[in-house]
Order: sequence, then C-alpha cells, then structure tokens
Amino acid sequence: MEYEVVIGMEVHVELKTESKAFCGCSTAFGAAPNTHVCPVCLGLPGVLPVLNRKAVEHAVRVGLALGCEISTFSKFDRKNYFYPDMPKNYQISQYDKPLSYTGRLPILLDGQVREVRIRRAHLEEDAGKLLHLDDGTTGVDFNRAGVPLLEIVSEPDLHSADEAVEYLTRLKTLLEYLGVSDCNMEEGSMRCEANVDVRPVGGGPVGGIVEIKNVASITGVKRAIEFEFERQRDVCESGGTVERETRRWNPDRARTTVMRTKELAHDYRYFPEPDLVPVVLERAEIERVRAALPELPLARQLRYMSEHGLSEYDASVLTAQQASAGFYEACTRLYDQPKVVCNWVTGELFRLMKERKVGFDELKVTPTMLVDMIKLVDNGTISGTIGKTVIEEMVATGWPPDRVVVEKGLVQISDTAQLEKAIAAVLEANPKPVADYRGGNERTFGFLVGQVMRATKGKANPKLVNELLRKALSAQ
Amino acid sequence: MSLLEQSAFQAAEAVRTGTASSTELTRAALDAIGRLEPKLRAYVSVDADGALARAAELDERRRRGEPLGPLGGVPLAIKDNMVVRGGATTCASRILAGFVSPYDATVVERLRGAGAVFLGKTNMDEFAMGSSTENSAVAVTRNPWDTERVPGGSSGGSAAAVAARLAFGALGSDTGGSIRQPASFCGVTGLKPTYGRVSRYGLVAFASSLDQIGTFSRDVRDTALLLGVIAGHDPLDSTSVDEAVPDYVGGLDGGIAGLRVGMPKEYFAEGIAPETERAVRAAVAKLDELGAEVVEVSLPHLDYAIATYYIICTAEASSNLARYDGVRYGHRSDGEGVHDMYRASREAGFGAEVKRRILLGTYVLSAGYYDAYYLKALKVRTLIKQDFDRAFERVDCIVAPTSPTTAFRIGEKADDPLTMYLSDIYTISVNLAGLPGISIPCGFDGNNLPVGVQLIGKPFDEPTLLRAAHTYQQATDWHTRVPPILDGGA
Repeated sequence: MEYEVVIGMEVHVELKTESKAFCGCSTAFGAAPNTHVCPVCLGLPGVLPVLNRKAVEHAVRVGLALGCEISTFSKFDRKNYFYPDMPKNYQISQYDKPLSYTGRLPILLDGQVREVRIRRAHLEEDAGKLLHLDDGTTGVDFNRAGVPLLEIVSEPDLHSADEAVEYLTRLKTLLEYLGVSDCNMEEGSMRCEANVDVRPVGGGPVGGIVEIKNVASITGVKRAIEFEFERQRDVCESGGTVERETRRWNPDRARTTVMRTKELAHDYRYFPEPDLVPVVLERAEIERVRAALPELPLARQLRYMSEHGLSEYDASVLTAQQASAGFYEACTRLYDQPKVVCNWVTGELFRLMKERKVGFDELKVTPTMLVDMIKLVDNGTISGTIGKTVIEEMVATGWPPDRVVVEKGLVQISDTAQLEKAIAAVLEANPKPVADYRGGNERTFGFLVGQVMRATKGKANPKLVNELLRKALSAQ
Repeated sequence: MSLLEQSAFQAAEAVRTGTASSTELTRAALDAIGRLEPKLRAYVSVDADGALARAAELDERRRRGEPLGPLGGVPLAIKDNMVVRGGATTCASRILAGFVSPYDATVVERLRGAGAVFLGKTNMDEFAMGSSTENSAVAVTRNPWDTERVPGGSSGGSAAAVAARLAFGALGSDTGGSIRQPASFCGVTGLKPTYGRVSRYGLVAFASSLDQIGTFSRDVRDTALLLGVIAGHDPLDSTSVDEAVPDYVGGLDGGIAGLRVGMPKEYFAEGIAPETERAVRAAVAKLDELGAEVVEVSLPHLDYAIATYYIICTAEASSNLARYDGVRYGHRSDGEGVHDMYRASREAGFGAEVKRRILLGTYVLSAGYYDAYYLKALKVRTLIKQDFDRAFERVDCIVAPTSPTTAFRIGEKADDPLTMYLSDIYTISVNLAGLPGISIPCGFDGNNLPVGVQLIGKPFDEPTLLRAAHTYQQATDWHTRVPPILDGGA
C-alpha cells in the first residue's frame, strides 16, 4: 500500500523587543543566568503583568503579512501546568481569541506558488530554561522567562519533509524580513514542532497525530519527519495503530522517542487572564500597519524573476533580507541593467561582506557608489577585474570609486603608445612563446596577454591590449 | 485625650502642629500592642525597631521644617498579604515561610510617601480565604469586643488592631467581604473601594478579578484621608483605572438631603439575625431622618451570588496559588523528583481551606466542566452586575446589612465551610459587580457586639458613599464606642 504524510507546523518565535512581554527586563540573549529578571518575570507574590505594546505591534505585522484576520478584540488567557521553568506555573497565552487567525503563507514548490493555510498566530510568554549542572543538580535560568513569543500554527497542508522545509524557510525569511525576530534556531529564538500524520494515500486519517518536539534546526525537522514517516508507515504495515502522542527528536540517535502519551496529555485549564485587560485594536490602526508593510519576500522574488529576468536562485538570494533587496533595487533605479547589478551585488559585494562580517547596516558602500563603479567599467576607465579591487577598497574605506581609482592609481591604460611600449618589452622577454605563436600555436596568445596585464598591474585596457598585441605579433 | 484615642486625622494634625511627635504616637501604639497582643493576636509580625526608627526620622524631618505628607508620623498596620520591601510577607501561610519581598506594594509606597509609619503586618485567614481569621497558620485573632469570638475575616487582624487602638488605621483586602465583614464585627469603619480604584500591585493575589485593597479606620474622615493617599492609577496594574482621584476629605460635608438611598428587599429577607436587622433598619431610618429619600429596590440574583463567587474565586485562586511550589522561595519539603517535591511542599505548606479552594477551582476549570461551572458563573456575574445597574438608575446608593449576624464564637463555624461561606452573603455581590462598599458601625446586639451597616455605591462614586457615611457618623456615636478590652475587661 502507498502511504502519504500530512504535516502541520507549530512555530514559536521570540519577538525582537527591547523589553519582555509583561515587564521591563531586557530580552538580550546570552547574559549570565538570572541577571535579566525582576519580581514580575520571576512570578513573585503580588506582581502583575503589564503588556508590552511593541510585542502587539510586531504580532500584528506578522499577522497581516500572513494574510490573517486581525482581531480588533483579543484577550489573554492562562495556560495552567506545573513545570520548574515556569515562574507562575501558568503561562500567559491566548486561547479562544488569538490576535490573528485564518491566513496563508505562499511557498514555492517546483517553481509553482502554493499557499499553506495559517490557522492562527497568537502572543504568549516564554518560559525559563533548565540548566543541568555538573554536580547533578538542576538550576533554572529565568532570563528568557517572559520574553514575548508568537506561536504560528499552520493547517495540515504540508505533504513531505521538503515541503515542511520550504514552509519553514519561507516563514523564517518573512519574519526576518519584517524585522520582528532573529529566528535563530540555535539560540532558540525560533522553535518548531511538527504534527505528523501518516495515512494510506487518499484513505483519510487512520491513526493518531504525532507531535514532534525538540527539533533545533530546519534540517532536523526534515530528518525527523522523514524518520517519523517511515516509523508510522511501518506501524501501519505491520497491522498496528499509530498512537496519538508527543515524541522527542533525538538528533544524535536520528530517531524520535516517546515523550508523552495521550493518557498523560495535559488539561491546561485555560481561563481568561484576570490581570490583563483585553487588547483592543482600532480598524484604522490595523490598516495603517498594513499600509506600512514592505513588499513581502516571495512577491519580491517573483517580481525580480519576471520583471528583471533574474534566476530563481539569484532572486531568492537578493530577497532573503529586506536590506539586500533594498540595496539591489536602489542600484537598479540608478542603473537600468538588473542582471549586471545582480552580478555585482550577489557576487563581489556579498562575498566581501561575508568575508569581513559586515552587515548592510554597517556597509559603507552606497547604491550610488556601486553604480558609479559599474559605470567606470562601462566607460572603460577601469577593467572589470580592477572593478573587483575597487569594490574591495570601497568596502574597506568607504571612498567613492573615482577616489579609489585615482588614489590607488587604478585608471585603465588606454594610451596606445604606453601599451605598445609594454607589449614590446613583453615580446622581447618571451622569445619562445612569441615564436610558438608565430608557428601557429594560438594558445600562447593568452599567455602573452596575461604578461602584458601583469606588467601594467592589471590596468591595461584588455580590449586594446588584444588589438595591439595581435598587430605587434603579425608585424614581423 | 490620650494619644491613642485620636483618629489618624487628629494624630497627623498633632504631629503637624507639634502637640505630639511621631515617636510618641508610635511608642504609645507599641505599648498598647505589648499589653493587648497576647490576648488579641492581631499582628503576624510587629516591627518595633523599624517603626521607631522611621518615626524618629519623620520627627527629625519635621524639626527641619520639611512637610511630612497627609499621614505624616501616623502609625498604621498592613495586612500581611501586601508586600513591604525587605520584610516578610506570609499571608498567614506556612508556604511563604522565609519569603522576603524585594519590592514594595504600590499602596505601601504611597503610604510611605504620605509620611506613614508601619507598625507591622496583621493576621488574616490564610491567603485571605475565610471569614473569621481562624484559617491562619499563625494564630487565631480575637475580637476585642469579646475575645471568645472571631474578629471576622479575612482581614480580622487589621479590624481588631484598629478596634483595639493598636494602630491608627490599617489596610486590608476585600475579595468577598474581607474588609467590610470584619469591620462590622469589630465596630470600625471599613471601605472596599471600586475595583480598579486602588492598585493591586504588591497585593498577593487570591482572586484577581475580585481582590481590592481598602481601609480600616476609626471613622469616615480617616477613611477619606487614607483612600486619598492609596487611590489612583498605577502603570504597574493594568486593571487599575486612570480616573482622577477626588478630594475625599473635602467632599465629606454637605449632608445627604435628597440623596436617594435604595433598600434591596432581598437583603432584609430570611437569614438575617433579628437584632442585626433591627439595628440596620434603625440606621436606614436615621438616614431618612437626615434627609435621604429611602426607596425599595430589588437585586433579584442575590441567591446566586455565593455559588457564582465560589466558582470564580476558587478558579482564579487555583491558578494564582500555583506558583507556591517550593522551587524558588518559601517552604520546600523534600521529595523524590520535582513532582514529588511539589506535592510534599504544597501538602505541608497550605492549610485545609486553601487546599479545599484549590481543589474546587481546579475542578471547575477542568476540561468538560468549564462551560457548566466557570462560564456559567461569568454569565451570572453579568446578571448580578445588571441588577445593580438597574437599581442605580433609581438610587444614588444602596443600604444593606454588612453581615447577617454579629461576631460568632471561635470554632462555631470552623468545621462547616458552607455556613461560614453564608456569612458573606451581603458583601459578595458587591465584589462580583466591582462596586465600592463601606461598612460603618450602627448599633449593638444584646451581647454588646457591634452591628455594621453597609452602603454600596456606583463605580468610582466613593465621594457619595463617604459623604453619606460621614453624615451618619456626625449624627450618631456608635463608631466612638470603645471595646471593653481597653478598660481591662473582656
């Protein structure tokens, strides 16, 4: 029998706010344990939460970008369960009135756009972190407790591990694009859970849905789903029933193991959080946020492909960050040859930025400067090869290209007399290749060109060198 | 007049004018505590050194000519469910043993800013769950009018302290009557303000949607003085309302001619003790005599108030008290693994009534029961609110008994939680509706036990309540009576 897999994703992302969801503590990652804490996020007796409006703004932006309905009236609820990393033994979350619901995320599969339905995206608070110490005891670090989280739940619209990967990648790009989260899975600012259900093709559900937790990378999600597909299929084929349960992904053993069975499922006893007032949003306010949304990454990617003639790969690389797309587009507005711009941006510029660990926010090269450099190549002031040297100087110094060219003496040599002199010297120093060329070996021509370029420190106009060299070689 | 006979208002005046120092007032209160505490057990902890140091500091500031604030130099008591920085807050529970708060409740900060001196923390039913202060892990507080009787609860310690002149005023908290009922049992004035009028930040939560901090005092003028200090919006409490704080003291005079006062017929039906009813009706007649226009109103959903209350308050409590687990602070019992430790700590740390309410609350929120209990209770709560809304279309305030009986004997209801719950019948619906209510002394029964009458107002209309209560006190002397224990009796 053929089996298919149906997957729904639950993604938690930490929202990038200065302070926590319900108190003024910093959300910065990596501080010494329990240094970003206060009575509120420690859940001390008598404290009360105060909602961080920035978290709501971020959540609304995400909701709108996901095409969700935004609730003009939403509220918080308490999700009750005991766990040592939970200061209050309840989590402030949203139950029946989430901030946003019923949306979609377009993904790209085999060049085709498909929409994955989003069930809801709601705000909640993060818990602390258990630290298992060397002496065998366990400590709790509450720095993370109270950091705002957005939980984004998809409908079960994904049908393979690869589709799940595409969904997560697209979602991650979107969230980074909106500037609402770092989406760093290693640091835990993005966490994924997959609900995996394997069934005979076209046969509808047969067993229980299995929830997979503890997946720390997108690759991990892929492997976990692939493992789970095989495991559940084997259970079905051997006549068993897949139990509804929560399983933990173990990357070292490359398998999932049981974490919690259905019998032990929590009853979270949700009820409205009495310490917070409902979140009321004005329609006009929502529309203002919608109007201020940037063009979303996939739409932008598709536009670059159709309007600029870029490849899917180049377009996706450029649109992975709002800053890179913005830089590229600013260049194209100054210089109407998108492919040339794309090559310089995704090639030389990206390489240098990566090498020097420079982000767009600290980049000294402006779109105007880059376009000016391209124009210098176009008008023959410098060669394409020298162009690479010029960009490197521009990234390092922030100088405009003309200054780099002048100060570093990089102007292309197009002076015939000067070049003829250099060619003569090269011919004299290389009698054998010259003789070979004249004897009919075309390949030594390239070598001789290289020697001329070398002698001129790469500044020679390559076109002119070609021309003059041929002339010189055929002269005798 | 001895120092302790003065009201808080008079004491502040004495300090301001130099007729008494804060140190003298504080010493007098501490001496009284030393004499009477063994009999009354109103306090959980007394901070004599801290209070005297603070009084000395205030006296010094006064000598330098600095203004001290409206409560400058006046010694007060705080119910032990409000946190004071650097000190213990126990909620009269073993589970908070050893907990020291690193922060001040907003009310504490405001009182301090107004120049108050803190004598100590007062006894209460554990986590404010009870109506007699018998559910305290520390001690049973005695009623100053008859030490064989309860002071009421849950703020019994604050009520007894003010009645016995062991403080010039005190803060309490009222979730279902926990200020008004003990005020009536102890013959003092007790105000539960409108929900949202006073910040709850730093009040250890019992039932968040019902809890409200309020005051105990000798008379209504003191109530107005204290309320003016503690009321107002607090950015740290999202449920506190950004509503201007009027001059409560300045609004006391002017009388009640033409004030429309509603008498809910359901509050004068079965269950009320005859002597209580007689005293309350006499108070109503007095209001009429003072110019009020008394009319009958109906609050038909009164019968459902107790059931509704015990679903909502236990549900919230089951969640609010989940944090007391032995992990971070307070009592911890050893256990095999973390869940066992939770169980053992909570088993040892909580008393029977608290456990009962946690169980009830957990049950009503459980999957499959939520709609039948919690959701239904929320709907009935709305109906109860609407009852009041309708009544307030016709009247300016409502008059009712505070409690069906006067103070009962210690142990009398301790084994019968349902009967105990019924003693809050007249106060609970005010919390469900979020309204302000004040209890003032209006007479005595045959056992010389005080009876209280309750005035209930529109949201944020404390000025009307205070003016009516003040007008009544100007015309009567019930609130000036002194419990026999002060004469060495009882």
